[in-house]
Amino acid sequence: MGVTEAQVWDWLDAVPDPEIPVISVVDLGVVRGVDVTGAAVKVTITPTYSGCPAMSVIALDIETALARQGVTDLTLETRIAPPWTTDWLSDKGRARLEGYGIAPPRAAGGPERCPRCRSTAVERVSQFGSTPCKAQWRCTDCLEPFDYFKCI
Amino acid sequence: MSALFEFLLRQGDNALVLGHRTSEWCGTGPALEEDIALANTALDLIGQTQLWLGYAAEVEGKGRSANDLAFLRDAYDFKNLLMVEVPNGDFGRTLMRQFLFDAFQVPWLQALCGSSDQRVADIAAKSVKEALYHLERSSETVIALGDGTEESNRRMQAALDLLWPYTGEMFADDAGDIEMAEAGVAPLPSTMRAAWDQTVQSVLAEAMLTAPQSDFAHKGGRTGKRHTEHLGHMLATMQVLQRSHPGAVW
Repeated sequence: MGVTEAQVWDWLDAVPDPEIPVISVVDLGVVRGVDVTGAAVKVTITPTYSGCPAMSVIALDIETALARQGVTDLTLETRIAPPWTTDWLSDKGRARLEGYGIAPPRAAGGPERCPRCRSTAVERVSQFGSTPCKAQWRCTDCLEPFDYFKCI
Repeated sequence: MSALFEFLLRQGDNALVLGHRTSEWCGTGPALEEDIALANTALDLIGQTQLWLGYAAEVEGKGRSANDLAFLRDAYDFKNLLMVEVPNGDFGRTLMRQFLFDAFQVPWLQALCGSSDQRVADIAAKSVKEALYHLERSSETVIALGDGTEESNRRMQAALDLLWPYTGEMFADDAGDIEMAEAGVAPLPSTMRAAWDQTVQSVLAEAMLTAPQSDFAHKGGRTGKRHTEHLGHMLATMQVLQRSHPGAVW
């Protein structure tokens, strides 16, 4: 019984991002392609930031998850072009990020509102945060600091 | 050594040496947010290093990897600008150097996006997004510290005076650059001067800082002929594990 590409996408959508476990590697836009030829599965991934240390963990998690589904002939290819952009975050992923307390990226360059109290009175603390893909912001109403997913 | 291999080493070594220098701040930044920002900047640069040196190793075709090029070459085989190997000094000097570098790197990588070599164009397109972000932060910090207190202004002016003679090397074309330009791989570095001048002059004016008049330029890093004495010391730390335990893996 052969696997379909749609099945592989579903399985990959169950692989959490190692740093932000509420979204999957598919939500994050890191999985760029799935190609099934007979029993051979090829998955193409792209790094968010060129030095993102989570990439090797993501590759290992994908391998493990697909092996668990019986995929033994897996090729993982890393591709850098076109470069990853936050536009590739899925709508499901954006909603989950906010629910988790991380403001989703916005083209305007800053979060729309505080992910906790929804106030729009927010200010930047630092352009960088706990991972390469995030910046630190603060709500001036509820005073809570929060992560903002950088828009690139 | 082919001109393309040397070109790729220059790109990779700039990112590697500046990335390592910046990582020296890890755990000792002046504030938690700045410490994290420095570590993240370093991480971006090391990531870019892997792309440049990975391609360099392929082009060389001698079975070496990006790691071999990073950890098993000696100082005179490095092709980075002298400016990036100068010790960090204080936080202000580190950010002034980052700014002077970013102001070059942004138009440079933008130009490389149109390279006749598709791999170079791809690496540049990936890196320029990070470089733009770095420039935003380094510009803001240079302005905040330059136009800050009397003490911070004095330190930033001293940093600028010290680093200024190292900036000219960025624009010094040599035979390898001409070969790359003729092949359409990269523009001549000297053609970046106008864009760099414009960014630097506008930020320095806002930062209440004055660029030195001298156009004397220390050279020898990009060619590898004359590095400062600092690079060897830096490599001694950076490479110690591979030197002491050859082939060790994580």
